[in-house]
Amino acid sequence: MNEAVLATVVAVLAASLRLATPYLYASLGEMFAQRSGVLNLGVDGIMLVGAFVAFYGTLTTGSVWVGVAGAMVAGLAMGLLMSVVSVTLKAEQGISGIGLSLFGLGLSSLLFKVLVGTVKTVDGFRPIRLPLLGDIPYLGEIFFTQSPPVYVAFLLVPISWYVLERTPWGLTVRAVGQNPAAADTLGVNVTLTRYVCVCLGAVFAGLAGASLSIASVNLFQENLTAGAGYIAVALVYFGGWRPVGILMGALLFGTVTAIQLRMQVLGIAIPSDFAVMLPYVLTIVVLTFSANRARQPAALNQPFERGGA
Amino acid sequence: MKIRKLLLVAAALPIIVAACGTPAASAPSVAPQSASPAAATASQSAAPPAAKLFRVALLMPSSTTDLAFSQSMYQALVAMQGKAGGQANFEIKFTENMFSVPDAQAAIRDYASQGFDLVVAHGSQYGAGVEEIAKDFPKVSFAWGTDVNTFGLPNVFAYTAAAEQGGYVNGVLAATLTKSRTIGVTGPVEVGDAKTYIAGFSQGVAAVDPAIKISKTWTGSFSDVAAMTEAAKAHITAGADVLTGSSQSVVGSIGAAKEAGNVLWFGTQADQASLAPKLVVASQVYDWTVILGDMIPKIQSGTLGGETYTLQLSNGGLKIAFNPGYALSAEAKAVADKAIADITSGAVKVTP
Repeated sequence: MNEAVLATVVAVLAASLRLATPYLYASLGEMFAQRSGVLNLGVDGIMLVGAFVAFYGTLTTGSVWVGVAGAMVAGLAMGLLMSVVSVTLKAEQGISGIGLSLFGLGLSSLLFKVLVGTVKTVDGFRPIRLPLLGDIPYLGEIFFTQSPPVYVAFLLVPISWYVLERTPWGLTVRAVGQNPAAADTLGVNVTLTRYVCVCLGAVFAGLAGASLSIASVNLFQENLTAGAGYIAVALVYFGGWRPVGILMGALLFGTVTAIQLRMQVLGIAIPSDFAVMLPYVLTIVVLTFSANRARQPAALNQPFERGGA
Repeated sequence: MKIRKLLLVAAALPIIVAACGTPAASAPSVAPQSASPAAATASQSAAPPAAKLFRVALLMPSSTTDLAFSQSMYQALVAMQGKAGGQANFEIKFTENMFSVPDAQAAIRDYASQGFDLVVAHGSQYGAGVEEIAKDFPKVSFAWGTDVNTFGLPNVFAYTAAAEQGGYVNGVLAATLTKSRTIGVTGPVEVGDAKTYIAGFSQGVAAVDPAIKISKTWTGSFSDVAAMTEAAKAHITAGADVLTGSSQSVVGSIGAAKEAGNVLWFGTQADQASLAPKLVVASQVYDWTVILGDMIPKIQSGTLGGETYTLQLSNGGLKIAFNPGYALSAEAKAVADKAIADITSGAVKVTP
């Protein structure tokens, strides 16, 4: 009995890492955009386009790496579009982001219909058991028997932290997000910094889509993300604009989702509708009560006007 | 503050989508099959190409390529078109991905006012709209499903599928093939033909051996493929070696079965063998041509509605498509054939 409980716990934790992966990519990327002062609500649409391109690249060439590269390029293109609209043209960021999301949904569905037509599966990334580490009892199964995109996502957490908090460029990004006018007077190119951050975030979002379509489910379907991009944006707030906070949020969300799916398998008698609601309710509750607002970049959601506002 | 508000909206969006999307995407909802006379005495060649062009409009909740509910109706109409002699005699217009019920109602009204002979509202969530609009267009025939209610209107047909019948056959076969004696079911929401299919499946398994363990997961969404994948993985780690499930998102479950490599799959709504040619044992297939083949000649001769149809094994509307790529043993095939024969003859009654 104890053995069975332990096996379930291991399965839940391993699943929570898998489920957290797309959120990690998307949220870390969104964190860069927001730290530079741009709220990009188009994450979901970028994820969808990334997911489709990764799927299509893998389907046609048989190589997951072509898929990954394609997802990054697609993400970059979507990021440039968002940058032009929100940074150069100074459009209301929230609205243009939602527009981008809907555009991504439509574009990915259209391309899927025209180029693929029907649901097909691809040979995506497979779990790789790391030598030595993978042999550790229980922990090896949880942490070191995952697919490559999962490992990369977790590696990006310390890397993102280092880049943002310990490099000159990271300082520039933070300055642009806090006080773009001051950064501007010091000779920082605010527009360029924001372009780079939004595009970087979009490339991450493209990877998030790829981690769904060629690592997690190995297929593409219309609206594959089912709103995951919006959760990713929420996780940035949840995590207080810090990589570690985002990691915690993504893991919490992944774990609750993994638990709710297993509760039903274990036959725990709660209505399935309630179980399905749990992760979302949790997000709202935590968002409402988290006192992280102090960390919010001061210039978030404000277009930069030299000499103005 | 403004951002906070925006964010709350953003955070709420998936929930709204999940909440509203569910019943909307839920193609078939509550459909008690028992009350349906459904004498679909369909004859394949019943529709003689009338001199007049027959125009059909189809509205569906997902896409024509979903390998499930919507595709089954679209393909049936295309087959009818072929029999009628092509586009010159039989016109098909369709609107897909009509998750939004108000949008669907607008589209139904639009098609009706354009003078289509038959408007097919393929989703039980469209019922209220059909009831209202059909009264305004007495010369247009409406068909909707899955449900059995024609609202007492002379120009409304209702249709449904006795999904529990094929579910039973799949269940019998699944119980015969499982070695771990553990079977996993991944469903979307506990309504409509997802519910009746799984009810039939459970009865089939129990008929072979009530001791076999069946565990069920409902993801709460007709479209969340990632959740379906994870649900299937949960079943596989819990020891299931046979899986089944319903809705257009089961492609995720099939993917998980494929990744595991040694887990069998039973499909429903459409032939899903193409998704995992070695692992799909059989699929219950909906063949709506049986119904359309009876309905369309009636419309052409002036009867615009008032009847309820049910796809069943006995009328050929439900078929079990065995996957030729899976080497099914002769004994197992015999078990399935007996189950089909028993349901067809009425010796076995499956409750939805």
